[in-house]
Amino acid sequence: MTTETSDKAQSVSVVLAPEGKKEAQREVFGETLSVLANEFANLLVLDGDLANSTRADIFAEKQPAKFLQMGIAEQNLMGVAAGLATVGFIPFISTFAVFAVKRALDQVRVVVAQPGLNVKITGGYSGLLTGKTGKTHQAVEDLAVMRAMPHMTVIVPADCIELRQVLRAACLYDGPMYIRLTRDFSPNIFSDDYKFEIGKAVIVREGGDITIISTGVQTVRSLEAASMLAAEGIEAHILHVPTLKPLDSAAIVEAARRTGRVITAEDHSIIGGLGSAVAEVLGEQYPVLMKRVGMQDTYGESAPDDDLLEKYGLAPHHIAEAAKALLAHK
Amino acid sequence: MLQQTQPDTADLAHIAAQVRADCIRSVYHAKGGHIGGPLSCTDILVALYFHVMNIRPDEPLWEDRDRFILSKGHSSIALYATMAARGYFPREELDTFDAINSRLQGHPDMSKLPGLDMSTGSLGQGLSPGLGMGLGARLLGKSWHTWVVLGDGECQEGQIWEAAFVAARYKLDNVTVFLDFNSLQQYGWPGDTITNRLPPWDSAEGMAARWQAFGWNTLLINGHDYGQIIGACEQALAHKNQPTIIIASTVKGHGVSFMAGAYEWHAKVPTADELAWAMRELSEEKKGESDDDGN
Repeated sequence: MTTETSDKAQSVSVVLAPEGKKEAQREVFGETLSVLANEFANLLVLDGDLANSTRADIFAEKQPAKFLQMGIAEQNLMGVAAGLATVGFIPFISTFAVFAVKRALDQVRVVVAQPGLNVKITGGYSGLLTGKTGKTHQAVEDLAVMRAMPHMTVIVPADCIELRQVLRAACLYDGPMYIRLTRDFSPNIFSDDYKFEIGKAVIVREGGDITIISTGVQTVRSLEAASMLAAEGIEAHILHVPTLKPLDSAAIVEAARRTGRVITAEDHSIIGGLGSAVAEVLGEQYPVLMKRVGMQDTYGESAPDDDLLEKYGLAPHHIAEAAKALLAHK
Repeated sequence: MLQQTQPDTADLAHIAAQVRADCIRSVYHAKGGHIGGPLSCTDILVALYFHVMNIRPDEPLWEDRDRFILSKGHSSIALYATMAARGYFPREELDTFDAINSRLQGHPDMSKLPGLDMSTGSLGQGLSPGLGMGLGARLLGKSWHTWVVLGDGECQEGQIWEAAFVAARYKLDNVTVFLDFNSLQQYGWPGDTITNRLPPWDSAEGMAARWQAFGWNTLLINGHDYGQIIGACEQALAHKNQPTIIIASTVKGHGVSFMAGAYEWHAKVPTADELAWAMRELSEEKKGESDDDGN
């Protein structure tokens, strides 16, 4: 790679696991927090009556004294967590992303983000794949909302190797944080020696023809897209951005500079999420042609995962096609 | 825990007159702010800060302090004036209320002023963090008590009732709510005339029935009577296995004859003449020459 920039973060090359084991983020979430609660005595989990969906029930069984059921009442849930944070606890809120971010949005803003309290909001069932629940339960604008909120750190892990480290980093970080989780099983892409760091993007594939900047599970699908492109002789450079805020703009500029053409990929609306964030950075610092792959300003529906990915344009082949279209653009 | 000494209610009334005067002066000086609501909850705040709460004004972040949340955050000036009188910061700082770079924001901002235990301002949100502080005390084995002042208008927010059932479910007897039942909100519903604006609640008793239905211990008092305010606090602290709400009937604008009970003084800046008139009335009240304007 070119070495004229001194930014070290993006020079971290990631060793990918050859045969990614499939794990579900929601299960690893419950397991990991129940172990972290032994190390961080002030860790609590507050549930909005969805524990057996979000798998916070794994935590509830292992750490019953640190699990607080708040019922189907998300506004109060957020406020109780804020109060607990003021007296020294690390409250993790566990509910669906749609409810955490939007049902309780003013509470997130007024009693969590504005005073900068140490509340960790975990939004489960994010994006399009929510187990056939449909548009009411599909968070496709949560990143736009949370990214616009001052004081909020926003993290979207790609796989369960990364998620384990994100949860640990959340305990060590003092301040409001939104962690976006997905529901279904997905292959792990990182090897065990991967090191997650808040605010740092990582190169997950080196290539010189087209840049793909992705977040969350779409990084896994971007890697699949890269394999399709490689079969046609196109080498994709992929930058995984697990922290949408604070954004690693230096790594984004460097990744754009690498090929001069940028695709973004996210399981979220193309408005306000990763695609917008990347466009904001590149528009100000290094303008290049871009194409955003994501939900095209629409809501989803209830259907099997593969059908949803196909209809709404989030499958690996959509990313590959976007890349080829951008390369064809003169 | 309550101070063992008997309160001198004349002293508290004297302090409250000064706090009310400071509220009105600050709003006049800032050329904006609320008056009616601050004056209705002043006696509750003075009783809490000068007699009831276990606090250290010179150590506002003392770990074992009682917690206080003003959920009706638009009455911030009453809280600031009370805290200044209690020694949290100099009274002169009240002149910075609502000014640029002030610690005394239009609505309480805990990130600016030490001693504020929660940021509030968006109505209906203050009770829930109070439950967090109460649950936190229980989990930590601490004996601090959490006090929350709600307005009656903000009980129209659904979150209040979310918090109400959760507090009762957890038997949070270390959380006590004062409901400043002044029966006026910003605009309200029309009564028999268009200018007679009313809340949706029928009566303090009707409000108490709602909280009882949610599992709370309810007390009804006159919110301008120090004997009743402090007596209710003693009952609340002694009551176990249930949170207590003290429904305090109050008069919006209490303490100044032409502001009392007039909804237009919810948020209105007095003229110089009105300021002088209000100061005169409060200074008479302070001297004990006139102690009531009809509550």
